[in-house]
Amino acid sequence: MLFFTRWKAAGILLTALVVCLFALPNFFSEDAVRAWPSWAQRHIVLGLDLQGGSSLLLEVDTAAVRKERLQGLADDVLRTLRQARIAFTGRSIHGNGVEVRITRESDVDNASAKLRELSQPLSGILGSSGQRSVDINVNGGLITLTPSDAAITERIRQAVDQSIQIIERRVNELGLVEPTIQREGSSRILVQVPGLQDPSRLKAILGKTAKLDFRMVDLSETVQQAQATHVPQDSEILDGEGGQKYLIEKRVLVSGADLVDAQPGFDQRSNEPIVSFRFNSSGARKFAEATQANVGKPFAIVLDNKVISAPVIREPILGGSGQISGNFTVQQANDLSILLRAGALPAPLAVIEERTVGPGLGQDSINAGEHAAYVGAALVVFFMLVTYGLFGLFANIAVAVNVMMIFGVLSMLSATLTLPGIAGIVLTVGIAVDSNVLIYERIREEVRAGRSAISAIDAGFSRALATILDSNITTFIAAAVLFYIGTGPVRGFAVTLGIGILTSLFTAFTLTRLIVAYWVRVWRPRTVPI
Amino acid sequence: MRLLRIVPDDTRFDFMRFRRISFPISAMLSIVAILLYFYHGLNFGIDFVGGTLMEVQTKAGPADLAKMRGTIGALHLGDFQLQQFGAPNDVLIRISEQPGGDAAQQEAVQKVRNALGSEVEYRRVEVVGPSVSTELLSYGTIGLVLAIGAILIYLWFRFEWQFALGAMIANVHDLVLTVGFMSLTHIDFDLTSIAALLTILGYSLNDTVVIYDRIREMLRRYKRMPMPDLLNASINATLSRSIVTHLTVSLSLLALLLFGGQAIRSFTATMMFGVVLVGTYTSVFIASPILIYLGVGRTRRGEPEGTEVEAPPTAPQAPPSPPSSSKAPPKRAKARR
Repeated sequence: MLFFTRWKAAGILLTALVVCLFALPNFFSEDAVRAWPSWAQRHIVLGLDLQGGSSLLLEVDTAAVRKERLQGLADDVLRTLRQARIAFTGRSIHGNGVEVRITRESDVDNASAKLRELSQPLSGILGSSGQRSVDINVNGGLITLTPSDAAITERIRQAVDQSIQIIERRVNELGLVEPTIQREGSSRILVQVPGLQDPSRLKAILGKTAKLDFRMVDLSETVQQAQATHVPQDSEILDGEGGQKYLIEKRVLVSGADLVDAQPGFDQRSNEPIVSFRFNSSGARKFAEATQANVGKPFAIVLDNKVISAPVIREPILGGSGQISGNFTVQQANDLSILLRAGALPAPLAVIEERTVGPGLGQDSINAGEHAAYVGAALVVFFMLVTYGLFGLFANIAVAVNVMMIFGVLSMLSATLTLPGIAGIVLTVGIAVDSNVLIYERIREEVRAGRSAISAIDAGFSRALATILDSNITTFIAAAVLFYIGTGPVRGFAVTLGIGILTSLFTAFTLTRLIVAYWVRVWRPRTVPI
Repeated sequence: MRLLRIVPDDTRFDFMRFRRISFPISAMLSIVAILLYFYHGLNFGIDFVGGTLMEVQTKAGPADLAKMRGTIGALHLGDFQLQQFGAPNDVLIRISEQPGGDAAQQEAVQKVRNALGSEVEYRRVEVVGPSVSTELLSYGTIGLVLAIGAILIYLWFRFEWQFALGAMIANVHDLVLTVGFMSLTHIDFDLTSIAALLTILGYSLNDTVVIYDRIREMLRRYKRMPMPDLLNASINATLSRSIVTHLTVSLSLLALLLFGGQAIRSFTATMMFGVVLVGTYTSVFIASPILIYLGVGRTRRGEPEGTEVEAPPTAPQAPPSPPSSSKAPPKRAKARR
């Protein structure tokens, strides 16, 4: 146990040195580190609880995704049957599917063949998965189309991906520094913004779907008439500013997807805040055609199913640009232009968890953590010296290397250090010495049993090894489970605890043994000073 | 230099005798803890029941709790609590979950922010919606169960099944007592508490494993020593290590408790109780004696008188290292009584 070949000893020292060196970037300013090679720049990231900032967990409204898919399917059914000139009645969304009744029995086969074309095979990870996007069930004249679960799951996945892109654009437009945006589970997105103290505006911006449509106002009835009798099939009643209601056609002239730019500004005459926008070429053409055909009639600018304004078309708008005015404040005009530039979310998002830490508390926590770490380390170092003397000093060297190695590994992983993470390190200091204690107590025992100094040291190390492994593996299992189930700060604790266990195995067992072996070789002790 | 010996070299405490006291006491305490859990309850934090937690610091002078209570009360947000938190100008506001889903929680926070205005600094705002809180609770519970299961399987591989079972009983006992402690002291029970419970589990096992390791070693070496003596010898042999280790862990925990700040105080207090008080007691007075009842070494007495395996072959010149082995015969009669 006490014999090391020269190569092995060099390997151990080199490992310790290299891992410790990885911790270096944390002790220099960011500017100084920038000049280093890129692989050496990795450093520990402070968690939001230490540097302050806001963390929002958003959930994509999967019910809305499902509903939209059904609505789209219903539209497809309508178009398909009309194109094939098949008469039908009772097209409706029913539960999880779309139902349609074919009028003439002779058309049923033709209709089901045409409708089957709406169903595409889904591709899995390894080519075709054998599933199709829509299940079709023919029962007499009644045809039911149900989107398959796999298709809905895929749709939700796409919706989350798109949402992440759009959130990124919105957050960047707000000028926030170093945000991280990542997927969590199947339908969630975690947005973390360091340094953000009041996330109200961010939440307001992220909470808007920002689906912008230009549609015609339905003039066939007044809103009151429609409310009193029935709303025309192709129109709907939407709210406007100040409780006003409008009857708006469902058909969309141009949608927000055709916008290429939106900027806040001021109206030249009234001087009130507006948002001016520009369409792409196809949007401009569609808008030109629509305005040419409807001069003198009002059209509506609809944002998230709410009418922002409903101006009358005075002349055809051919240039592909225009402006939206709607009693905005400057901030609202600003936000709206950000939303329009970033694009619409595929489905509404809800904030389901928020954790914000102010910079004051963050700094206090860092100070408290550092303070506790120093005091804890000092107490342990002193205690070890008093109890084991020279061997206590060896253990203390091992623990110091251990802490540096934890920082090194954390830096290599660019891991996040949280306050519970600091607690994990302080605790590691406490238990790292446990391995040393196990070894030293064993050596004391072997000495009492009458062994010679060297033989006792050797036996102490070899017999303690099994115990050290068993006890550390059990703690490591607990840390692994914590990492697996935990989020945020708890995960930070699990990371430092887990890494601390691994590095302490190396320092307490291997490194201490190397030091002791060297000491034995140089001093050739007759008794063990322990 | 004379080194500190916290535990004398040759202790021969008869720990096994205490099992007639420790088992009933532990059983009673466990029942009390369970009753506390059901009748006194845990102070579930917003992580598990949803709601809002705000830590604010008044900018001018100490916080006027009564005035703040009035301001927030006027918002009609249902149940809320105000609590001094550390410094006199530091206040913790807890608002219960609002009816009406995730959006309603957000509105409530906004209302409080508007009402308190810029007189205070918002040090921390946490909002957990109903969908997240139920998940967090189930994840937490699953995590604990998974951890216990995984550790059990590991111990089962490394030792005999009786050891795994004994360790499990001991550790469930630890967790139950700690939960009882948390109920009694009304410490916030949140995600970090789950972390604390898992760490207690890890440490307590760590300690138990160290003693079990020694018991296994002794079982192999002394084929004829009666179980109670063997267990006593094992515990005495590891006693010094147990105490030294617990002192170092206590020292680092103490530093965290005193200087680690409010944010992790409930975490460290729970750890202090679980690791230092309960964990040590359990491995000595519960985990080890329970092996007698679980039947470890029961077959030994029926064994024909075999040869006693002495010290390991690596050191033939050494006498048997555990000191109590030579004193075993006189004790044997006592233990069988």
